[in-house]
This record gives sequence, structure tokens and C-alpha cells, in this order.
Amino acid sequence: MSYPENLKYTKEHEWVLVENGNARVGITSYAQDQLGDVVFVELPEVGTELKAGAMFATVESVKAVSDVYAPVSGTIVEVNEALNDSPELVNEDPYNDGWMIVIELSDPSELDNLMDSKAYQKMVEEGGE
Amino acid sequence: MRSPEPLIFEISKPGRRAYSLPELDVPARDVAELLPESEIRREPAGLPEVSEIDLVRHFTRLSQLNHGVDIGFYPLGSCTMKYNPKVNEDAANLPGFNNIHPYVPDELAQGALQLMYELQSYLAEIAGMDYVSLQPAAGAHGELAGILIIRAYHRARNDMKRTKILIPDSAHGTNPASAALGGFTVVEVPSDERGGVDVEALEAAMDETVAGLMLTNPNTLGLFDENIQRIEKIVHSKGGLLYYDGANANAILGTSRPGDMGFDVLHFNLHKTFGTPHGGGGPGSGPVAVKSFLEPFLPVPTVVLEDGKYRLSYDRPQTIGRMKSFYGNFLVMVKAYAYIRSLGPDGLREASRDAVLNANYILRRIAGYYDVPYDRHCKHEFVISPGKIKKETGVRTLDISKRLLDYGVHPPTNYFPLIVDEALMIEPTETESKETLDYFADALIAIAKEAYEDPEAVKSAPHTTVVGRLDEAGAARNLNIRWEKPE
Repeated sequence: MSYPENLKYTKEHEWVLVENGNARVGITSYAQDQLGDVVFVELPEVGTELKAGAMFATVESVKAVSDVYAPVSGTIVEVNEALNDSPELVNEDPYNDGWMIVIELSDPSELDNLMDSKAYQKMVEEGGE
Repeated sequence: MRSPEPLIFEISKPGRRAYSLPELDVPARDVAELLPESEIRREPAGLPEVSEIDLVRHFTRLSQLNHGVDIGFYPLGSCTMKYNPKVNEDAANLPGFNNIHPYVPDELAQGALQLMYELQSYLAEIAGMDYVSLQPAAGAHGELAGILIIRAYHRARNDMKRTKILIPDSAHGTNPASAALGGFTVVEVPSDERGGVDVEALEAAMDETVAGLMLTNPNTLGLFDENIQRIEKIVHSKGGLLYYDGANANAILGTSRPGDMGFDVLHFNLHKTFGTPHGGGGPGSGPVAVKSFLEPFLPVPTVVLEDGKYRLSYDRPQTIGRMKSFYGNFLVMVKAYAYIRSLGPDGLREASRDAVLNANYILRRIAGYYDVPYDRHCKHEFVISPGKIKKETGVRTLDISKRLLDYGVHPPTNYFPLIVDEALMIEPTETESKETLDYFADALIAIAKEAYEDPEAVKSAPHTTVVGRLDEAGAARNLNIRWEKPE
């Protein structure tokens, strides 16, 4: 299980990469491992406004269907269209090619509410959510 | 091991026939004279061409590859895969039931209508409710009928602000789907540490914008909600209604009644609780029952008795309308009627008690080998998890289920309810002998030990079936269900 140190994390197992004032968002390696093989990702449209904590995507695996939540508020400026044809990218490369959306932050101070990799790793290893 | 059966298209040979139609006794006419050109196929449909013996062998062999209640144990949680007595089939095969035309006038269908009328009243008595409609075709369809009745009730009182339905996080997925289809917003209510509804969270979520609560009791953990009376007060005190999902009614027959618990509307699954086949052998039937104040909203038609005659009644101005063509799945009703009449009140009560006893027997036999997330007496089913086994050996619920196939047992329900990690949900039903229950418990114990001694054998199971582990993810990602003729 990997927990890249350059990312921030939520309790619901999303990761955030801050780049040029935007937030790139996906689900963690632990999350994809728990879900099992992902067979479908339903993504929102570019331009959608999100509030932190709002559901923005649905991930369907052979086991279950799960919602994915926005770690921060803002406007979606990019979605990963590659997941439409290759949902397995979420399993194979959750922190890179398996990214889901890019959010233009409306309130950068919300980033302070997220966990760093140490805190997230501790949460997962202690049983997680 | 036999190779998998080829598709019927693959054994097709041009010109073979399994059936010959009799000679025409009217003059033949060209199809081009009878239909407009746009409706006529340009190419033949590509149907398989096989002889009768090849047809019979093909489907007989397929049936031998299948697993069903008549083949072996089928402990699929929340599905109540009990044995379906063959006498029910005899009843449904009576020509007066089997050959009756749906447009036959009421006066020539008195027997069929009497059966429906009496089934309505039996189900009402078993449920502790006042009125029943037999229309819905299966469980989720019954849920939708119930939700539409709740909506119609609030609207009839001009109470338009109730836009939400509360549903516990342990509920069947059909509950939120039915509520959403009925136009409601779904609000999830968490479970407490004993597996019941978190009463404080319910209290916080319940207000005048809530149309009702959908509850399964016992729930999908197989646990009877100890706080049902408090729950009833919380929901009713704010003007909401209580919907009872009858999926787990096999635990309560003759012992407790949803109507007495305070529920206002419910559905039963005749195909689970009342001994009619389901899965591949369906169809289902999901009658909906209500308290008298909801009677005006029931789907039409219902069967009424007037001056000694039975009749289909459509006279219900506030009805939610029709849920199904004609009168519901009638022959399923015949089977359920036969089941109820052959067991009687005492027999139904005994069936539920045996179902509960069997579940608790298996639970206690395997409790030392698997995690039991809610360690209480269960009702007709229970949920375990290979939590410790998974942590120490990497063997998961899916592997255990696949390994059970090697024992000739249908796997339990997997990965549900969602509130238990790696859930295995087991419902043995009342119709199994102690030997079968012991065989299953022994198999689960053997697999738990094998997970430590030879984990690869479990992870690569099944080993004795016609096909081994299928690429389920590949199939879901690249769905291909159409046979194409090789060029």
C-alpha cells in the first residue's frame, strides 16, 4: 500500500494533488484495493460547481457501487475521459493515470482540513473507515 | 471434467428442424401482400436450426450445469431459497387456473377470483394489515407501489413539503432505488452498535419534510430491531409513514406482525416467504398491504366479494393506478395460496421458528472460526466476515464463496450488507435437515482451516466445476452478449 507524501487525503479515501492553484483528485490505493476490480466510473461534466463533501462521481466495482466525494470546493475544469474506456486505470495507477477530476479551488484554505500522508496512513492502518 | 456446453447457434446446421407445423388449412398468401415493405425482413433472422433430440440434449445438459434448490443447499442471504413443495405446482397446473383467459368475464372466473380474494385476506391477517393488492410483480415492484401510495397519501392531504424518505444503511439497495423512482430524496440513517437503527440519528433526521421510513425487520443483518416501538413513535409523531420491506418476513410468520409493530404499508415476496420458485424459476409476486386509511390509494384492480359473487373492482378514484398488466402474476398466487393452505397457521409459525433455529445453529457452530460483527441471537439469517482470516492469510469472502462451490453448495450472499466489511450473509431456511446444516458448517470450518494451511487452494477455487474462476471484471468492462456468425 502506498501513501505518496506530496498528496493530501480525506477520511473517505480521496487524494488531492495541488498544482497551479488547482486540485487534482482521485481515490487512494487503499480505496481501490477495498473496492476490487473497477468496471465503471461515472464522472461529472466540466463546469460543474462542487462544495466540499459533495458527491461528484460513482465508482462501480465487481463488489459494490461507491460514491466519491469532493475534498474541496470549486469548479471542475477537467475530467479524466480515459476512465470511460479504461476504468481499470483506477486499480492499476490510482495516483497518476487513474485521476478523476481537476477542481479550480474557490477556497484554498479548505486544503488545511485535509490529512497529510502520515496521518492518512495511520488512519488506514488503525482500521480506517 | 466435461467441456462447457456449446451455444445452440454453434450446433446449428442449415435445414434441421425440431418441430413441424401441420399443413395449412387456409390458402397460403405471400407475406408481401399482408405487410408493408418496411416491416418485412430483408435477411433471415439467423435463428438456430437444430433437430429435436439435439435441442432436448442441449437444454437438458445446460440444466445439469445449473444449481438450484432441487439440486443442493442454497443459503443465499435475504433471498429465502427454501424448498418449494411440488404440490404447489400441481395446484398451479390445474386447467381451470392454468388455461383461464385474462379476459374471461368475472362470472366465469369465480374460482380464480375466490382464490385471489382469500389470498388477499390471508396475507392481510399474516401482516396485521387491513387491505391487500396482489398486483405488483415482485419485491421491488411492491416497494414502488408502497412508495407511490405514501406519496399519494401525503398529496391527498395537500401536504406537499414531504420530499424525503429515510432508509437505514443496512437496507437492500432496492429501497433507495424505489424511493428515488417515486420522486423522493433518500436520506440514509446509520445503524447503532447493536446493528439496529441508530434511534438518535433517526430522531435528528425526522421532521415535517420526511414522507416516511423504509425498514426491513429483521434487517439484512438478520437482527430484529429492539427499538421498533420507539422508531414507530418518532416517525409517526412527525407525520411520516412506516414502510415494511417484507424481504425477511420468513423470520416472523405467526409470531410478530408488521401491522402490530406500527407499519402502515408493506410488501411481501410470495416467491421468498410463501414457497414459490424464484431466481431462474420465477416469476415473483410482491403483494402490497396497507392499513385502512391507505386503502383508497391501492393499485387497481382488487378482488371484492358482493352478494356472494367475486368481482374485480376498479372503483377507487384516488388509486395510484395499475402496477401491472391484468391481475399480477396469477399462477404464483395459486402456488402461494396452496402453500399457506397446506401449512396452516401453526405450520407457518413452525416454518419461521425452524428458519430462526437453523440460522442460530449454524451461527453457533462456526462462530469460533469467523468474525461475528453483531454477536446476538439472529433471526432467519446472519452475517459473518472472514476479517481475521483475511488479515492473516489474504483469503477473502469471494474466495470462500468460490471454494464452497467445490462442496456442492451455492455461496451465501457476498459483500452485503455494505456496513460489514467482506460480508457473508447466510440464510439456511427451515426446509433443511440437521445433516445438511452440519455439512455446510463443516465445509465453512474446513475452508477456514484451509485458508491457513493451503491458502492458494482457496484463492484459486473452484476446482471441481465445469468452469473455474471467471474474469468477472473483464466481462463487466467489455460486455459482449451477442453471438456473431463466423464469416
